Amino acid sequence: MMTIRQLSIFLENKSGRLFEALDSLAKEKINILALTVADTSEYGILRLIVSNPEQGQKCLKARGFSVNLTEVMSVYTSNKPDSLATTLKLFSDDNISIEYMYAFQFHDKGVIVFRTDDRQKALKVVEKSKMELVKQEDLV
Amino acid sequence: MIWNKTFECMDRDEMRRCQSKRLVDLVERIYNNVPFYRTKMQESDLAPEDIKSVDDLKRLPFTHKQDLRDNYPFGLFAVPMPEIVRIHASSGTTGKQTVVGYTRKDLATWSEVIARTLTSAGVHRHDFVQIAYGYGLFTGGLGLHYGSERIGATVIPVSGGNTARQILLMHDFGSTVLACTPSYALYLADAIEESPYKRETLKLRVGVFGAEPWTENMRKEIEDRLQIKAIDIYGLSEIIGPGVSSECEHQCGLHVFEDHFIPEIINPLTMEVMPEGEKGELVFTTITKEGIPLIRYRTRDLSRLMYEKCKCGRTLVRMEKCSGRSDDMLIIRGVNIFPSQIESVLLEIKETRPHYLIIVDRVHNLDILQLQVEVEEPFFTDKISELQTLTRRIECTLESALGIGVEVKLIEPKTIERSEGKAKRVIDKRNIQ
Repeated sequence: MMTIRQLSIFLENKSGRLFEALDSLAKEKINILALTVADTSEYGILRLIVSNPEQGQKCLKARGFSVNLTEVMSVYTSNKPDSLATTLKLFSDDNISIEYMYAFQFHDKGVIVFRTDDRQKALKVVEKSKMELVKQEDLV
Repeated sequence: MIWNKTFECMDRDEMRRCQSKRLVDLVERIYNNVPFYRTKMQESDLAPEDIKSVDDLKRLPFTHKQDLRDNYPFGLFAVPMPEIVRIHASSGTTGKQTVVGYTRKDLATWSEVIARTLTSAGVHRHDFVQIAYGYGLFTGGLGLHYGSERIGATVIPVSGGNTARQILLMHDFGSTVLACTPSYALYLADAIEESPYKRETLKLRVGVFGAEPWTENMRKEIEDRLQIKAIDIYGLSEIIGPGVSSECEHQCGLHVFEDHFIPEIINPLTMEVMPEGEKGELVFTTITKEGIPLIRYRTRDLSRLMYEKCKCGRTLVRMEKCSGRSDDMLIIRGVNIFPSQIESVLLEIKETRPHYLIIVDRVHNLDILQLQVEVEEPFFTDKISELQTLTRRIECTLESALGIGVEVKLIEPKTIERSEGKAKRVIDKRNIQ
């Protein structure tokens, strides 16, 4: 599998919604590795990388949230300055359009998560520059 | 001031005779020329000769907005198309508009009833009438226009919108009369206060307001802030447009021009005619129209009739200011909107489910319509840009279908109350009744 699964949750801009979502996951003992929120004045999309995305989706849906599992690409980098910029350059040199991106530290490495509609092209870059893809099982 | 004393101050018995004669002519005409009415009458075993006077009016069948829709566009017209010189339209309950047609004589009748309307409001030939009702298929603009010309006033056909320009022209041209919706009048009052033109520099004296319901409180506010007399006028395009009834200077009910439109009040559930003076649904029969005459048209507006002679000298029956509707129609910025129209649009957009809520509010005196739509999974994509595009698409489709701008708000699933019976789809936060 070339991608990992991210939880995308629709949240109204109401006080307490973010807490509700995170609390549901906590109660299921699901570990959150990374989190980002994209917002407009009316609503936001909460994006999460978790230890068990399928279970996460199930419990959030049970609590009434609108949740999708989104396929995103993810690669390891070394955990030092300049590694993120260097990695990103490899993608932009090939004109790969990145919808959004975020990163986190995982054990002693860095992880970049991004969504692109040019997945085939992105994979070629990964292979050519010998980047290491993150696998879903790594995140459990 | 009374435009047409002959009819507006007619003895009640003479009025009855006049109405009866016109009703008999009308029934003969539509029986012979409108298949829809002929069939309806035959179904009730009625022939034209059975209708001898206004006492027989209650034997005739009702007409509903659905009938105009079912016969869209010209199926209810009683004359050949070459005799129709004007078409107007207003909102239908779902996709199609409600279409009406006028002969040359109908246009003359329309000008006559508007002339009466304006005169009863104190408007005369030396006035400058600024018409801020929309011109076009809507009957407001052109209706007021031809009636104002009839009385010889100077007509300024500004149409709706462009508030800064409305005020500029009001100032530069010295408009003395304002014709628009009551909520727009309040909106203008705000705008004038913030504009470079102070009220003292304007010559406004009288306003004729209709196309939507408004309270005595709103009237008081308009009169105080614009320093004018605010007169209530009433009409609907199916009957003729504006000009069905109008208040006089005493503002104690609207005089119905009953030599043209016979009013009745019925119980909306049983459809029985109510005893005199009691509240119910307004029904009109158009006894002089040629293009699209209607028998006992159910307006869905709630009111009551008062037959006592008015202080102004008119003997015409008065209807009370409308106090609500017997259906779910909304009037937003003067435009008729049916929740079912919104529902049909949503059902056509595959990403939306029919779980929605319509919130109507009035902010800074302008009506706003907000549609809250639940975000279901297929609808919810991971990209903000896609959600925004979809929101805009729903807004555009709705605006196109309804004729007014709607604000769409995405909300979480299951937040709209589900009910076993008919779901409550509309929350109207305005205080207009």
